[in-house]
Amino acid sequence: MAALTDLTLAEARDKLTSREISSRELTEAHIVAMEDARDLNAFITETPERALEVADAIDGSEKGGHLADISSHSGGIGRTIEGIPLAIKDLYCTNGVQTTAASHILEGFKPQYESTVTANMWAAGGVMLGKTNLDEFAMGSSNETSYFGNVLSPWKRTGDDAAQIVPGGSSGGSASAVAARIATAAIGTDTGGSIRQPASFVGIVGMKPTYGRCSRWGIVAFASSLDQPGPMTRTVRDSAILLQAMAGHDPKDSTSVNQPLPNFEAALTNDIKGLKIGIPKEYRMDGMPSEIDDLWKQGVKWLEDAGAEAVEISLPHTKYALPAYYIVAPAEASSNLARYDGVRYGLRVDGDSLEEMYEATRGAGFGEEVQRRVLIGTYVLSAGYYDAYYLKAQKVRTRIAEDFRNAFQQVDAILTPTAPSAAFAAGEKGDDPIAMYLNDVFTVPASMAGLPGISVPAGLSSDGLPLGLQVLGNAFDEETVFRVGGVLEEAAAFTARPQKWWGDKS
Amino acid sequence: MSLDKATVAGIAHLARIRVDDDRLETMVGELNNILGWIEQLGEVDTDGVAPMTSVADMQAPMRQDVVNDGNYQDRVLANAPAAADGFFGVPKVIE
Repeated sequence: MAALTDLTLAEARDKLTSREISSRELTEAHIVAMEDARDLNAFITETPERALEVADAIDGSEKGGHLADISSHSGGIGRTIEGIPLAIKDLYCTNGVQTTAASHILEGFKPQYESTVTANMWAAGGVMLGKTNLDEFAMGSSNETSYFGNVLSPWKRTGDDAAQIVPGGSSGGSASAVAARIATAAIGTDTGGSIRQPASFVGIVGMKPTYGRCSRWGIVAFASSLDQPGPMTRTVRDSAILLQAMAGHDPKDSTSVNQPLPNFEAALTNDIKGLKIGIPKEYRMDGMPSEIDDLWKQGVKWLEDAGAEAVEISLPHTKYALPAYYIVAPAEASSNLARYDGVRYGLRVDGDSLEEMYEATRGAGFGEEVQRRVLIGTYVLSAGYYDAYYLKAQKVRTRIAEDFRNAFQQVDAILTPTAPSAAFAAGEKGDDPIAMYLNDVFTVPASMAGLPGISVPAGLSSDGLPLGLQVLGNAFDEETVFRVGGVLEEAAAFTARPQKWWGDKS
Repeated sequence: MSLDKATVAGIAHLARIRVDDDRLETMVGELNNILGWIEQLGEVDTDGVAPMTSVADMQAPMRQDVVNDGNYQDRVLANAPAAADGFFGVPKVIE
């Protein structure tokens, strides 16, 4: 039998249902893997005791017994992830378990409530292994801005054991945990690419649903009009199963949409005959490595071979999405992060006056990238500059959304590369914020328009690192995104996995 | 248009973030680079375009104007760095 840590979520679910394995066995195997992989620094807080307690409770209850009755999941889907060990990005508030957003300013914060998405997952039977590391307040694309240290990717470049490869960001800890077989699956959040880009960097599947599909209640806010939770898994099927357990309407989040949830797993028919797939010409960028372009062309061919029709489309405002994002997201962040004042929770650094206390606390509590973005946000919202920057960016955002609306009158889905390169090594892009921002050039436009997207591992770079392809869909059409993603996954048959260099080598 | 050190210090004060003097110097360059890069948005014709204020096309939900939450002072104060006597403690504000 394959190692328990190699099981996909769907395989583990079936073995748990048939009682071939117990949740305790599965959970213990992952706890061993988690403790063995501390070199990766993927977790900020490990919760093994709690995991085993929940696993034992699940094993002790009859299937469909009393535990099933307490399910309060808003989608009413029952206990679809029962007994599965999961890693949770440390941006989701978890009742009584430290939640830091990877920031010094929240170190030691123990929420007195549970985020809606994680509450849904526990109601569906999920088992929490721990809270994963991330870029501070989800601001970053390499997981180098965490107060709790860099996360490392389990991958190495071919023939180069020295370079420490980044897992991407901001959901880098969740990405590494899934790629290194520490967790069966994980959840992240995506504001401008924070699920899809790290998924591409570590060779896993990362899905950002339509804005409003999952509740944001109880998630540490970065940019409220962009943030969206999503699953990070090793297969497209696992992604569909986990999203089903996360999503659903929540009256506590006024932007959560009250629409019935489709059955995402049932959408995986592998039948894309006659579907029109848009290939946006603006995503073919100057200076893009040829291996990215080649993989993209290969992806088009795979979909054509499966009976889809590729259609060239134009999204004319693509190049403006990233600069507009770097107005909108910091503006919202500067407002959201105003709550960290040293009074109600988190760090306090004393000062002689209230104002000095605020300034000292926020000066010491926020890292450099967070400070940079809060300052940008404060500036673009300040009197005299609001129209020139913030209002302009919101208008450009309308243009970007129109581009996609026009495109989806012609096509059913869009295929692009996920990121403009394979993963890089820690420190390689450290000094230039804009070079780092360009990582998200292919993921940000859909974020600005609120559309769903999935990154599927599709190949390896010349130096042996994973590369992903991205499928984008129309609003609330995750089903087509999953269906096309599933076809890509099957055609790509990505079986490469990182060679173990961390922990116990035996 | 480019920000000078005094302006960046003013923004930091507005944001209530203490930035040390040597760091301020670096920050001026970084912020000017970012703002310079953002300038390209000027190329986009946005005449008559409405700003995007809502991502999903939906009506703001309404609920009854009644108290539906609360009465857990201890939980509200549980993470306060200087809670005292059921209140948040802050430095003296009024002499």
